[in-house]
Amino acid sequence: MTSSMRISRLISRSLASASLLARGGGNGYLSRGLSKYSTASAALEEPIKPSIQVEHTQLLIGGKFVDAASGKTFPTLDPRTGEAIAHVAEGDSEDVDRAVVAARRAFDEGPWTKMTAYERQKILLRAADLIEKHNDELATLETWDNGKPYAQAAEIEVPMFVRLIRYYAGWADKIHGLTVPADGSYHVQTLHEPIGVAGQIIPWNFPLLMFAWKVGPALACGNTVVLKTAEQTPLSALYAARLFHEAGLPSGVLNVISGFGPTAGAAIASHMDVDKVAFTGSTDTGKIVLELAAKSNLKTVTLELGGKSPFIVCEDADVDQAVEAAHFALFFNQGQCCCAGSRTFVHENIYDEFVEKAKARALKRVVGDPFKGGIEQGPQIDSEQFEKILKYIRSGVESGATLETGGERLGDAGFYIKPTVFTNVQDNMLIAKDEIFGPVQSILKFKDLDEVIRRANNTRYGLAAGVFTKNIATANTLTRALRVGTVWVNCFDTFDAAIPFGGYKMSGQGREKGIYSLKNYLQVKAVVTPLENPAWL
Amino acid sequence: MGSLSNGHSIDIKFTKLFINGQFVDSVSGKTFETIDPRTGDVIASVAEATKEDVDAAVQAARHAFDSGPWPRMSGSERGRILMKWADLIDQHTEEIATLDTMDAGKLFQFCKMEVPSVANMLRYYAGAADKIHGEVLKTAGKFHAYTLLEPIGVVGHIIPWNFPSSLFFTKVSPSLAAGCTMVVKPAEQTPLSALFYAHLAKLAGIPDGVLNVVPGFGKIAGSAVSSHMDIDKVSFTGSTQTGREVMQAAAKSNLKQVSLELGGKSPLIVFDDADVDTAAQLALIGILFNKGEVCVAGSRVFVQEGIYDEFEKKLVEKAKAWVVGDPFEPNVQQGPQVDKRQFEKILSYIEHGKREGATLLTGGKAIGNKGYYIEPTIFANVKEDMLIAKDEIFGPVMALSKFKTMEEAIERANNTTYGLAAGIVTKNIDIANTVSRSVRAGMIWVNCYFIFEHDIPFGGYKASGFGKDYGMEALHKYLQVKSVVTPIYNSPWH
Repeated sequence: MTSSMRISRLISRSLASASLLARGGGNGYLSRGLSKYSTASAALEEPIKPSIQVEHTQLLIGGKFVDAASGKTFPTLDPRTGEAIAHVAEGDSEDVDRAVVAARRAFDEGPWTKMTAYERQKILLRAADLIEKHNDELATLETWDNGKPYAQAAEIEVPMFVRLIRYYAGWADKIHGLTVPADGSYHVQTLHEPIGVAGQIIPWNFPLLMFAWKVGPALACGNTVVLKTAEQTPLSALYAARLFHEAGLPSGVLNVISGFGPTAGAAIASHMDVDKVAFTGSTDTGKIVLELAAKSNLKTVTLELGGKSPFIVCEDADVDQAVEAAHFALFFNQGQCCCAGSRTFVHENIYDEFVEKAKARALKRVVGDPFKGGIEQGPQIDSEQFEKILKYIRSGVESGATLETGGERLGDAGFYIKPTVFTNVQDNMLIAKDEIFGPVQSILKFKDLDEVIRRANNTRYGLAAGVFTKNIATANTLTRALRVGTVWVNCFDTFDAAIPFGGYKMSGQGREKGIYSLKNYLQVKAVVTPLENPAWL
Repeated sequence: MGSLSNGHSIDIKFTKLFINGQFVDSVSGKTFETIDPRTGDVIASVAEATKEDVDAAVQAARHAFDSGPWPRMSGSERGRILMKWADLIDQHTEEIATLDTMDAGKLFQFCKMEVPSVANMLRYYAGAADKIHGEVLKTAGKFHAYTLLEPIGVVGHIIPWNFPSSLFFTKVSPSLAAGCTMVVKPAEQTPLSALFYAHLAKLAGIPDGVLNVVPGFGKIAGSAVSSHMDIDKVSFTGSTQTGREVMQAAAKSNLKQVSLELGGKSPLIVFDDADVDTAAQLALIGILFNKGEVCVAGSRVFVQEGIYDEFEKKLVEKAKAWVVGDPFEPNVQQGPQVDKRQFEKILSYIEHGKREGATLLTGGKAIGNKGYYIEPTIFANVKEDMLIAKDEIFGPVMALSKFKTMEEAIERANNTTYGLAAGIVTKNIDIANTVSRSVRAGMIWVNCYFIFEHDIPFGGYKASGFGKDYGMEALHKYLQVKSVVTPIYNSPWH
């Protein structure tokens, strides 16, 4: 079964069976776990020791693993404990320079850019096969570094990575320019050419998926890449990039720099020899990236930024399904999703029932060591996020929202937070306006469609929205009225390689995934020549 | 056991019809002999499909389409299965290439390249299966409208014998990617590789009933396909005459959609500024490749008067050096014609050419007294009303003539009922562009010939057919467009 099927079955099954992470096979490991664990106990046990060693901690430049020019390293931490997993070479501007030189040479001299698209496709397909083969190692690194449930990494994210790379492999030999009708006797064609050296800066919440969203289309279009991973999660990308090289990717085509935003990230965004920068992360950092691009060489920019996505439950919705989907929309991945459904708008006629059930669902959420079977929620990524989320929870209480459940850390080690539900949330409260990026659900009440449209759109963000209704007219009206890049109707977080994703307003620029993502990595060249005595125009 | 030269030997494993995932005898129990064109000897007896067998195959395909998993799985999943099939083909290159060489008399060296290239074509469409996009439409009224591209249903494919592997996958790959189910009738001359591919398809996980292969004859099995009431689309590659019959049968039965890739009499136009040696080589390969059994063969060669004499001299030299013989021999450039009928037809055209007053520069005879070998044959001073300038000969016979101006070359190139392909040899960009637009043909090769790629659409103008093979275009032959419209209320934009 493909990962996309798995996701969609997972969603549909969950809507029917109350466990959003139930496996395709029918025996939901989480539903099995529900009776065994409670939010109070699981996190206190001794952390499970991962089954693998960390193999790669250096920078990957020009096809070789190398130390940072400065010799510096930084620790990457296990969010279950806050202790170091490994010390990783810390890339800075000098390392970015080296990586850009390697990528530039690979772009200018080949063989990557000079081979046929068919050959590039074959390399990407081989890489996908290798990733598939090393599914469990990659998933283990992902969980260890990020804290996400192992089953989520192993059964959804790594398979989706494979699906994404295969999808883009299929595009490599189907990138078509146009022949263009001009108002005159001219023969006009457009060539779609790779843009050059792409700088890509990815976040820590889905390290591998963000790698695939960025690297997949860039390589399919024939670019070369300098990828900066998040300092919280450098490990899986190094391993995956090695597999790309094993698959035959030439040296210098994909360079991976571990490091920090203000140093390595800024060096990429402001580099004079990087032709394009793609960034996923916070809106504030996105602004800096755009500014640096403007101040340096006017490189083109793709941004996928924050959100405060509405999840709208209409009067006619199936309440049980909506509760489960809204729960998933917010709590999935510890609430660390840019498109999290963080404003749950519920129609007043079903509000009380919804609140009661949403609270009950949050109470049942199984939090604990992400390596343990049956766990739905692991720790937050790091102490900074952890403290920030707790601060927002305090702000929610202080501003008068009703704390229905959760609201505090779980255990005394690592960065676990109890699933938290606020009701009676007002639009002007901070928890209704800011992206919290944690397991904090805010439930708001609405009366009619026009009102909820206005309120849902009253945000600087525009990443995604969820709509739950059985009425096709309501669905269509909301679909068009919401100023967001993705509308999920009676589902949420349904991702696939073919479905474009990106934001309106301050949630970003450009679209990733699908055919649209290719635009981010292609230049269009118009070729014009006179036609003498043409048979037709 | 097939008997082969050079130590090649092979078990013929699959000789029955492939219906609903099983190899079965024909309902009638009848078989026919498939012949080795090198010797005229029998390679194997193959089950012969008649109408009853086609009915059974269509029933299996219909069931697989209406109730089976194939059209209901995601494009990505179909793509995974097609990828696996491609990998299996790569593992059997030698064996399949041997079948094609034995069955069709094609060069073994070429078949060993052709088989991997069909695996690549399959991969192209495997990658296309999840990239079939409908559109969301702009309506004048307050409506939300979109298109769904849906598989057309049960497809009948009728394929010829000149490229048994390539043409099998030309048809099958995009229709499978689109989610169709199908009944494939290979040519009676070359049924063997198609059956082998069916076997590998099953191993790859293509569900039973999705791909059915029914070897047999055009008048019986082919006609049962094109006139079937429960086939939604027929895709045919072959002669223009048979193409007309297929289309008529479709019209008389259930108005099934038709795509036709038919004959050609393609011009190759060589201008004064061309490199003569390169152009002569191109012209030679243009007519002799695959013994001239190519629908796009450059069978009319027009050479501008300034270089004509030198061109003719070089061309004849090269033709005389061309090696005809057993296609398993690595140095051989041309094997036997596919069967006795084609062999005799070509020789009769050669006689016509002589009678009509064209100048025979070289060739013109059969070689040896066993098998169907014919000398590379070049006629000069060919006039446009001669049969050898008008008909598709489908053999190693070139009609060469001289022209003065570009305008004249264009006019003469277009003076044909066909419009499949054309070649232009020139260094001049204006000539290249003007002639490219002026020739009424579906494929123009400028300073090259026979360049087929998976991403390059191919198909004819005029009596050479309609509908494109290859590229994303080919998918649309196997897709229906459904428009979905619903009122929209309070939309903030239109």
